[in-house]
Amino acid sequence: MSRLSSGGLIDRATPLAFTFDGRSYKGFAGDTLASALLANDVRLVGRSFKYHRPRGVFSAGSEEPNALVELRTGARREPNTRATMAELYEGLEATSQNRWPSLAFDLLSANQWFSSVLGAGFYYKTFMWPAALWEKLYEPAIRRAAGLGRAAEQADPDSYEKAFAFCDVLVIGGGPSGLLAALTAGRAGARVILADEDTILGGRLNSARTAIDDAAPGAFLARARAELSALPNVRVMPRTTIFGVYDGGTYGALERVGDHLSVPAPFQPRQRYWKIVAKRAVLCAGAFDRPIVFGGNDRPGVMSAQALRTYAVRYAVTPGRNAVVFANNDHAWSAAFDAADAGVKVSAIVDVRETPPPALLAGATARNIRVIAGGEVIATSGKCLSSITVRTRGGTETLQAEVLGISGGATPNLALTSYFGGRPKYDAALAAFVPDQTPPGLSVAGAAAGQFSLAQCFATGAAQGVAAARDAGFAATPAPLPETGDTPTSLSAFWHVQGSKGLAFVDFQNDVSAKDIAIAHKEGFRAVELLKRYTTLGMATDQGKSSNMAGLAIMAELTGQGIGETGTTLFRPPFTPVALGALAGHHREKDFRPTRPTPTHDWARKQGAVFVETGLWLRAQYFPKPGETDWLETVTREVKAVRSSVGLIDVSTFGKIDLQGSDVGVFLDRVYINTFSTLAVGKARYGVMLREDGLVMDDGTTARLADDHYVMTTTTANAAKVYQHLEFCLQVLWPDLDVQLASISEQWAQIAIAGPKSREVLAQVVDAPLDVSNTGLPFMGAVEGRVMGGVKARIFRLSFSGELGYEIAVPARHGEALTRALMAAGAPFGITPYGTEALGVMRIEKGHVSGNELTGQTSARDLGLGKMASTKKDYIGRVMAGRPAFADRDRATFIGFKPVDRAQRLRAGAHFLPLGAVPVMENDEGYMSSVAYSPTLDHWIGLGFLKGGRARIGQKVRAYDPVRGGDIEVEVCDPGFVDPEGERLRV
Amino acid sequence: MLLIPCPYCGARPEIEFHCGGEAHIARPENPAALSDAEWADYLFIRKSPKGVHAERWLHSHGCGRWFNAVRNTVSDSILATYKMGAPRPDIAADTPAQGGK
Ligand SMILES: [Zn+2]
Repeated sequence: MSRLSSGGLIDRATPLAFTFDGRSYKGFAGDTLASALLANDVRLVGRSFKYHRPRGVFSAGSEEPNALVELRTGARREPNTRATMAELYEGLEATSQNRWPSLAFDLLSANQWFSSVLGAGFYYKTFMWPAALWEKLYEPAIRRAAGLGRAAEQADPDSYEKAFAFCDVLVIGGGPSGLLAALTAGRAGARVILADEDTILGGRLNSARTAIDDAAPGAFLARARAELSALPNVRVMPRTTIFGVYDGGTYGALERVGDHLSVPAPFQPRQRYWKIVAKRAVLCAGAFDRPIVFGGNDRPGVMSAQALRTYAVRYAVTPGRNAVVFANNDHAWSAAFDAADAGVKVSAIVDVRETPPPALLAGATARNIRVIAGGEVIATSGKCLSSITVRTRGGTETLQAEVLGISGGATPNLALTSYFGGRPKYDAALAAFVPDQTPPGLSVAGAAAGQFSLAQCFATGAAQGVAAARDAGFAATPAPLPETGDTPTSLSAFWHVQGSKGLAFVDFQNDVSAKDIAIAHKEGFRAVELLKRYTTLGMATDQGKSSNMAGLAIMAELTGQGIGETGTTLFRPPFTPVALGALAGHHREKDFRPTRPTPTHDWARKQGAVFVETGLWLRAQYFPKPGETDWLETVTREVKAVRSSVGLIDVSTFGKIDLQGSDVGVFLDRVYINTFSTLAVGKARYGVMLREDGLVMDDGTTARLADDHYVMTTTTANAAKVYQHLEFCLQVLWPDLDVQLASISEQWAQIAIAGPKSREVLAQVVDAPLDVSNTGLPFMGAVEGRVMGGVKARIFRLSFSGELGYEIAVPARHGEALTRALMAAGAPFGITPYGTEALGVMRIEKGHVSGNELTGQTSARDLGLGKMASTKKDYIGRVMAGRPAFADRDRATFIGFKPVDRAQRLRAGAHFLPLGAVPVMENDEGYMSSVAYSPTLDHWIGLGFLKGGRARIGQKVRAYDPVRGGDIEVEVCDPGFVDPEGERLRV
Repeated sequence: MLLIPCPYCGARPEIEFHCGGEAHIARPENPAALSDAEWADYLFIRKSPKGVHAERWLHSHGCGRWFNAVRNTVSDSILATYKMGAPRPDIAADTPAQGGK
């Protein structure tokens, strides 16, 4: 065990058991998986992406490039989880990834011997040709060899939420500057949200021993946390990463609600995706400690100097016996000192600078740490690090070291500042890019702004907190700052050890070495965005948080340009990976696409109905009876029952729109091709509506209930579209018309009864004095009245089936009762419930157009409805419907078909060819749109579109259906197969 | 994400809205009297400026009302919203995109 005997923010009273690659280990509450692994001397945790090189923990935060594992098992298995961010919980199961057959012995590590051919751009060079091999050979092979973890193969059992929050000041990051910003704005009364990706507030103060107000940082942190939680206007959101900045001061955030538990708490989501709308925001996201590039810098045991400090101070872990620090800056020295003071044996500090500051030298002497000034690490050795080779002016020397803390300086974490296109600018004194233009309303404080010392963090955090609160309208005042010795931050820019031994990595996650940057330079991929794509520098889960700077600096050296001129690639959201499940939230499956049951759904289910989805609706498709063996048998029975006696169907899914006002008639005349202003009160009329391009949008009947009151029905599929169209026409095109619209589709249930006995059934449910006789309610009549002893109803004498028929509308809550009443009244006639299949069969027998014909590519004339169009008025679509091509005699128009051999089956989708013609596109004459087996005629019938249309009645054509092997002769006929004169409707 | 101030409801998330293209295009009183070119101009020809643009928007998942909005197509910021029928507010074509330093 490498656990220090005291110290740390771990809870030693709460030990936790966990496994890694099947082996059991123990950690403590407060550990991350990374700290617990290091405490158990597990230093090899993964294999690299391309060369399968052994890798260990590099960082202690969200920038981790190496320590990616599969967390959990089964349906909850999550690949590419950063061990540095995974909080330990009892029973945690983690598995290393990207290795085969085992982590310790990986056959594909042979890849590294071929690094000369697997270098920059190798995907593009090696797998260029032949292109046909990509899909079958190259891609699967590459994916197996070079990949990260495996996603779970089962559906995610956890839930995810979306939520909104609003605040005056959003503080991003809870380190020293974020705490001061939140405290300052909070004290002024602003509604503050403080979001931090860590479990506990404090940022680097949790890992430091620097005195604040003459006490350990823990005392300051306890006071700050207590004050924040006592302020009712401040909301602290731990485990929450702000991953994006969007228009209008909107910030995307991911809260890991249950990731630190084996299973989310009851009724809690796994993660919550927040949209936070803030008047102002202060970015206090700190900085990353970046690596130095030298041969063997990726060996397990090499980690960032600041991570070494964090593991020692916060987690009480010594990540290896004998630590050495290799750096170019003061901050790394204070990391070495803190680690040593926490109990880690730090044997040496190697600094590339010839003359480090005297105060630091004194600190090293006091701690008995050897200083090698002007030195460079040129090699490392051991499967996990065991020794390093250091080069000084005096020669080379080998030092024993199990852990090497490296630091090339701090890189401000400014990604969020460039999400609106802002380009960071290079500050040569800091050897770092710092924010320049920021998104509206976002300012930056602390290390993220290049203000690296603790005192600077406090000062800029407080100042930005005051400024943000004032901008949001609060009278904020600066408060006294906590006292702290200014931590030194000087550095001498240094990126790359020349002439070191072995592969020198720039980007650990993507195995991009210094040599790859040189190849990209040589081959002309010098612009930073090209460099990124060609070498994969800065890609994948860490997006180059720690690696980008050294890559840019090396390219700058090669081109001779400055780093500022070389520039940095544009950061884009998300800042850290966001699961698609979190973005979807509850909007999946039926919560994404809900089911709309009809008012008679439960009743139909009890009748044994088979349902079909039509849009969101579930409609009864047919009602099989015991003994019926297939749907056609059932549907045939249902059709025969309607044609011979009476049947019942729920047609509530039709769109229903209520129109009131003195100009409704005028309005309808403008949206329908035919005239409605002349419709008599108490009558209904069939109407056709066009789009402005002249093609049919929808059809349906509209009834006039009073002078200034109409009710329109639309098809089920177009209900929403027609309503939106009418709203557009009224609000935008003709706002002067006195018309009010309301969708009443859900408010009214509508039950159709059809068949010669339907009037006798209806008569039994209507209340006196409503007269439903042929004179009282003639064909196309529409009346209001009462049914079932007082329920208000609208009764329309309409028919889709071609039989005597009625549609009875009642308030939706009475829909099932009405159905039961009609079924009871119809029992003596054998009333039969029927579904959408039988309805479809009867409308085809009747030759009515429906969804299959209203394709959005057919004109009224194409559908045989051209004669309905008024020539006495303007209406939507009239001008475009008048285009000559629509009147072309050769245009395919609506007509009926029957098989010449009546025993043959028709298929919708078959194309028509002249008899004997070759089946090529030039001979195509149209297609079959709808077919049905007609129980009335006892053979198949079809509707479709044929060149020449009605003029060809009596001719024979070939119905060619190569997809299903159909090729038969059909006879062209009138589409009205049953009762073409409509006599049955008027009885 | 964008917040859009609906003239009837106030600021609401963009996902509640639907853009209906260029504003202030009146449907001709008597389409039959128009030449093909004039009709095509009404039906098809739309401005697509880089910068300030007046558009129709529908608060489809809110109040259901159409209104007009002046938007900078470069910064995607809404500069004004106003009720259907109201005149286009006088916003200079060179109104800059919002941005901070
Ligand atoms: Zn609204």
